[in-house]
Amino acid sequence: MRAGFVMSEVGIGLRRNLTMTFAVVITVAISLSLLGIGLLSNSQVRTMKDYWYDKIEVSIFLCGPLSETPSCAGGPVTAEQRLEIQQDLQELPVVQTVYYESQSEAYQRFQERFKDSAIAQNVTVDQLPESFRVKLKDPTEFAVVESAFSGRPGVDVVQDQRAILEKFFSLLNVLRDGALVIGLASVLTAALLISNTLRIAAYNRRRETTVMKLVGASSFSIQLPFLLEGLFAAIVGWGISTGILSGLKFVVDDRIAPLLTFTNFFTWNDVWVASAYLLLTGVVVSGFASVLTLRKYLKV
Amino acid sequence: MIRFEHVTKTYAKTDKPALSDVSIDVAKGEFVFLVGQSGSGKSTFLRLVLREEKASSGTIHVAGKDLGTLSNWKVPELRKQVGTVFQDFRLLPNKTVFENVAFALHVLGHTKKEIAREVPEIVELVGLAEKLNRRPGELSGGEQQRVAIARAYVSRPAILIADEPTGNLDPGTSIGIMKLLDRINREGTTVVMATHDSSIVDQMRKRVIELESGHVIRDQVRGVYGYTG
Repeated sequence: MRAGFVMSEVGIGLRRNLTMTFAVVITVAISLSLLGIGLLSNSQVRTMKDYWYDKIEVSIFLCGPLSETPSCAGGPVTAEQRLEIQQDLQELPVVQTVYYESQSEAYQRFQERFKDSAIAQNVTVDQLPESFRVKLKDPTEFAVVESAFSGRPGVDVVQDQRAILEKFFSLLNVLRDGALVIGLASVLTAALLISNTLRIAAYNRRRETTVMKLVGASSFSIQLPFLLEGLFAAIVGWGISTGILSGLKFVVDDRIAPLLTFTNFFTWNDVWVASAYLLLTGVVVSGFASVLTLRKYLKV
Repeated sequence: MIRFEHVTKTYAKTDKPALSDVSIDVAKGEFVFLVGQSGSGKSTFLRLVLREEKASSGTIHVAGKDLGTLSNWKVPELRKQVGTVFQDFRLLPNKTVFENVAFALHVLGHTKKEIAREVPEIVELVGLAEKLNRRPGELSGGEQQRVAIARAYVSRPAILIADEPTGNLDPGTSIGIMKLLDRINREGTTVVMATHDSSIVDQMRKRVIELESGHVIRDQVRGVYGYTG
């Protein structure tokens, strides 16, 4: 069969079944958009992790007069202990930078953070511990630092800020997984709708397919126009879904980003990558649904 | 052209075979009537020739192909060599006479140029040159059947199968259709026509194969419909 003839058959099929075509396009658009939102939530969680993990530190608090841990039994940290800890830290390969925060610096920071609160007035310089703020090359390597310094004389507590963030991220992961599940479920719905639509289309055109079969058309050439109709609907739906995701990106950049300054947001690149996955999903799902349906209803 | 050797066909979930130990040999260029009552096995015979069904046992050769070993993807090759015409015409109502005939050629991958040349030629052969742009609904039954014949014959198949082609037509119109089939036969095409129409069979004096309950009960070179003894 010639391409022109196939295309004219596809055009006839799509027009004859215009409302169904419309329904399929809309369903594909919505389901791919939902899946795309799931993919973008994944990008967003990753972006936030990168952003936050880049900022978090491991804090090694040193013994002060108020410390009660066993390693502080020898009283406040001595100058030699402090120096030794600092040198050992700088020699650790996982450590990127080490910053010493003295009691007075800790006090200043505290005052700044709680400047509108009554607590700020009740705290004195010597109540706050001095500490090393350690930035790791890879924030997941916390255990190395902890095992090396926890319980060491002069060290009160080794604290990983990541542990606090983990709880937050596990919540975000649940939300992301939920979005992906909803997206996949709606893609499945779209696949079923495509399958049913093609079944109706095959029934509507049974005269044509019977004649094609009789004059010796191969099953491939009989099925091709239907397959292309499914693909056409999937691709138009994909185009709309990419438009929706782009719109979402604009809204995020324009309205949400200025309000939520504590994080970065997914990039345009993430949108295009998600869109590419959606195209793949749309084509594969509609192709599969079409082939399975047509094999059943267009036997040659 | 068509050779059945001890062919039996039993459909799934039935005990009685639709065709039972049938051996028939139709030579190239022959015109054969297939007669018999409803349920005698005529349709099964035609379906087997078109490879819409496979024989339960025995071998079938059509246009040099052994249908028992023919793989599914080669069935279209077979059907290109076997034109088919039905009682109910099976035309596409939304297409004109030209488009209906052209459809067959489009499906087979002919170019627009070839189609523009071949279709009017064949439509003229069947006597509808004036009605090239009519739709089936605007044609009489006889004219519709002519279009169906044009469509079946346009790709010049070696065999033409006609299943009750005059079943819906009045006697006068039927004669015209038979003349057309005869003409196609004279050009070298093997024609197998299943029919109930006794007057046509009697007039044509062609080979008659009669089936009854799946058995060949008569195979006569210049037969008539009602022959029994």
